Amino acid sequence: MAQDTSLVESETVVEPAVEHRTRDPRRPKRFLFLRNGKALTGIGILLFFGVLAVVGPWIAPYDPNQVSVDLLQPPSWTHWLGTDHTGRDILSQIVVGTRGVLVVGLIAGVSATVLGVVVGVTAGFVGGAGDETLSALSNVFLVIPQLPLIIIIAGQLPTAGGVTVALVIGATGWAWGARVMRAQTLSLRKRDFVEAARANGERTWRLVLAEVLPNLTAIIAAGFVGTVTFAVMSQVTLAFIGITPVSDWNWGTILFWAQNNLALQRGAWWWFVPAGLCIALLGMALTLVNFGIDEFVNPRLRSTGMNARVLRRRRIRPRIGFTPVLRTPPGAGPRAAAAGPTRKERS
Amino acid sequence: MRFAVRRTIFYLITAWAAVTINFLIPRLMPGDPVTALMGRMQGRIDSNAEESIRVLFGLDTSSSIWQQYVDYWGLLLRGDLGLSFTFFPTPVAEIVQQALPWTIGLVGIATIIAFVLGTSIGVAIGWRRGTWADALLPITTFFSAVPYFWLGLIAITVFSVTLGWFPSSGSYDRGMVPAWSWEFVGSVIYYGFLPALTVVLSSIAGWILGMRNMVVTVSSEDYVTVAHAKGLPERTVMVGYAARNAILPQVSNFALSLGFVVGGTLIMEMVFSYQGIGYTLFQAVNTQDYPLMQGCFLVITLAVLGANIIADFVYAALDPRARQEG
Amino acid sequence: MTASTLDVPAPTGAVGEPVLEIENLSVDYGYVDDATHVLRDVSLTLHRGEVLGLAGESGCGKSTLAYAATRLLPPPGLITSGSVHFTDRDGRRTDVLRQSDAELRASRWRDTAIVFQGAMNSLNPVYRVGRQIADGILAHRPGMRRREAWDQAASLLEMVGINADRLRDFPHQLSGGMRQRVMIAMALALDPQVLIMDEPTTALDVVMQRQIVEEIADLRQRLGFSVVFITHDVSLLIEIADRIAIMYAGDIVEDAGAEEIYRRPRHPYSSALLHSFPPLRGERRELTGIPGAPPDMHRLPPGCPFAPRCAHAMDVCREVRPGLTATALGDRGAQEAARRVACHLHDPASAGAHGLPPDLSR
Ligand SMILES: Nc1ncnc2c1ncn2[C@@H]1O[C@H](COP(=O)(O)OP(=O)(O)O)[C@@H](O)[C@H]1O
Ligand code: SF4
Ligand SMILES: [Mg+2]
Repeated sequence: MAQDTSLVESETVVEPAVEHRTRDPRRPKRFLFLRNGKALTGIGILLFFGVLAVVGPWIAPYDPNQVSVDLLQPPSWTHWLGTDHTGRDILSQIVVGTRGVLVVGLIAGVSATVLGVVVGVTAGFVGGAGDETLSALSNVFLVIPQLPLIIIIAGQLPTAGGVTVALVIGATGWAWGARVMRAQTLSLRKRDFVEAARANGERTWRLVLAEVLPNLTAIIAAGFVGTVTFAVMSQVTLAFIGITPVSDWNWGTILFWAQNNLALQRGAWWWFVPAGLCIALLGMALTLVNFGIDEFVNPRLRSTGMNARVLRRRRIRPRIGFTPVLRTPPGAGPRAAAAGPTRKERS
Repeated sequence: MRFAVRRTIFYLITAWAAVTINFLIPRLMPGDPVTALMGRMQGRIDSNAEESIRVLFGLDTSSSIWQQYVDYWGLLLRGDLGLSFTFFPTPVAEIVQQALPWTIGLVGIATIIAFVLGTSIGVAIGWRRGTWADALLPITTFFSAVPYFWLGLIAITVFSVTLGWFPSSGSYDRGMVPAWSWEFVGSVIYYGFLPALTVVLSSIAGWILGMRNMVVTVSSEDYVTVAHAKGLPERTVMVGYAARNAILPQVSNFALSLGFVVGGTLIMEMVFSYQGIGYTLFQAVNTQDYPLMQGCFLVITLAVLGANIIADFVYAALDPRARQEG
Repeated sequence: MTASTLDVPAPTGAVGEPVLEIENLSVDYGYVDDATHVLRDVSLTLHRGEVLGLAGESGCGKSTLAYAATRLLPPPGLITSGSVHFTDRDGRRTDVLRQSDAELRASRWRDTAIVFQGAMNSLNPVYRVGRQIADGILAHRPGMRRREAWDQAASLLEMVGINADRLRDFPHQLSGGMRQRVMIAMALALDPQVLIMDEPTTALDVVMQRQIVEEIADLRQRLGFSVVFITHDVSLLIEIADRIAIMYAGDIVEDAGAEEIYRRPRHPYSSALLHSFPPLRGERRELTGIPGAPPDMHRLPPGCPFAPRCAHAMDVCREVRPGLTATALGDRGAQEAARRVACHLHDPASAGAHGLPPDLSR
């Protein structure tokens, strides 16, 4: 019995001396995220569209509503992306429409994220009946198909301008974020530093603001990017089916005009291909940023050092269950240099 | 057992919430578009039908909101969703009933094909991480970001306008009479092929990426290494250990993103003028047919709920821990 | 002997010829040029019937050594050089690192079985325990029927003291100790010649640790396999090991008989490590932690990696890396002569003038 106690004691006394080594030298560093190639590509594309959204109306070659006699012209030097059935310049419609897309995406993203964080963190933090209720609420919103819901709400509003649509998207799209935030808060709540702050009698809201939220940054960011993606897609879809006013230019509106004026049947590809590519490019940029965040949060997804060229050159096939063995031809020396100081050789 | 009870309660709550949302939306909207439309229908609408519409859209301001709510449930339980304005005087329930099988056939089958195919490809790519298979990822990412309906437009341009291989709209040859004949079924498949292909192409990317990431994550679990250490055949380790566990979050994601996927694929019906619920909803929105809009939304929600229940049972069948804890 | 269906060889008892020889094994983490060199030219031999303990602070590369020797190291692990020879009962010697995938798969579990660190995650959560034991057996006995494999799994469970109806349980229905026993039963399924156990008791409470250690000792007596027992708890090793190798920063710094290490450590790190754990029985020693932290393997300084924490460090220690050689006290008999230490204190050329410090020359 006495021996057993001594061993238990050893766990508290000795462990710090023996076990306090940080296991993984590649633990996430603050700006690691920005060194991720995928995230960087995504951010670059986003910046491009962001600038376009700000300066769009000034740099657009024509007024997007200005009709002309160049009806349904294919791309040319005067109209880089051609014209529509009333002779309006499509490039100008795309450039001017960028702002509408991004503004709606941002407003919807921010409002859904705020709602999601508030609901999720509250649910995770208060626990009990409050948690049950809020979780049930977010699960209900997750199951109800959002796009049809948005369609019938927007369809019944007398005027559904960009901001209204953004708010409707925000009000219906928060549930996913809330669910993730709740799970993360629950696991954080049990960590030492939060427990410690609690024991010190810190006020709950201070605890949430100062200790819990900063640890959820990456997750919040991922939720935000996801919601912006969804908002952009929803808004473009609503514009395409003609629910939002067709005079508000955004990429979906262009597709609406194209679809309703038989652009497909007339072979006017310049009318609907560029706008769709812009949507896809923006969506891809957002997805790439989210990949970056995913890899930042889940190190297993990172392909550290998996440079395809190096792998081929060194003839390594990374595999689980069968560790690659480097085969240097006999007599080749460079390995010794790569392996660092070998014993006794340096004396 | 506890699991089944908990889930049943959850689904009842969700169904109740969907109905209640449907009840509240027209009552919360500013303005009163329905009264105006009713005015136009003056005389053509019988008093019984008028009564249903009054209850459905809260025009009866004389009775209390609770009374309206009770009446509303009464109508729904009798299967009365009011009359459509556009297809006057066809009851909404009838229109929805005709459209639903087409949607379940097209969207349902295409979604299942996309899920199964995408999940299998995701396993293959995730398992061969660090090889040529990774080259598929950028393409997949692009496809995951393409709006569904735009892919539909491109498909129509290429395969029906340019190549003329498939019809660009409709769900069967209008010259035929619907019947269980080879000819008719063949026509349905012929007309459904392009929309289905587009639905599969645009939703498969999400399943591929999700499963690939799960396989990569699960592959570094200890039990996968143990399976290798036991000298099990590679296929057994990949399928029975890595994929078998990676599929669990994939199935719960399937349930959760079903609403999203279905929303997107309904738009595809609009692009292809395919006579399902999505196209009906589209027509209702364009003609401001409020009873039909409400009816479509209710049915879509209940259908997604049904699919969720199935996904839940599949999950419980796959994960022994879920069966026990609930 | 219980009614086991295993065909059990006569326990050898005496320590025999080598069964697993690891020679100059080097391992990197990362495939690119700035990879971390975690193991550098590590050599270690396991003899037939022996229990070899591998000890060291966590992060020193014990698991890396075990997994590299079995080629189970996950990406980004890369074996850059060395050989691992396995000698079969009939004397056939094969280099595990040169085996084809098929050969390796066939020899795994049959020749060398492993009990992994953390039994919690070693079992597939969606399969019944019985299936997981049986699939290992069936993979190596193609003609065998499923029924037979399950019967054999049942007797294996009974052998480690678990009721056979537990076969139909899922892993989450078992306690931590039971899962660890299941892993041991699973590892013994094909009557392997080498059993590698990575921290098999770390997650368990003291009573359970003791039971498991005794059980392993007992099973080895009966079945006659050789064991590599990995732990960061040296005092536990004294109980079970015949021989102990101490690792530090990806190197073996001392390799000697268990009794020798325990009574007379010859490397300053071994000595420090012994003083940071209380013994399971016997007199209580004064506990002192080891000051400082293990080095960052990515940026190892030249010379002895222990130098920054070593009380006896000399100038030469910071420049030249000591090799694993005989001790300065090799003339004190066969036990002492068989021992190897990597420390300049034992190198006649560099430490002759200073002599050995008293705590290392008892
Ligand atoms: N994936 C990895 N990438 C880089 N370094 C790693 C990785 N895994 C482990 N290491 C490093 O390798 C060293 C040895 O780890 P390990 O063999 O697990 O030690 P032990 O089993 O003795 O606790 C540690 O310093 C650890 O930081
Ligand atoms: S070589 Fe020098 S620093 Fe290293 S353990 Fe021996 S005395 Fe200490
Ligand atoms: Mg370890």
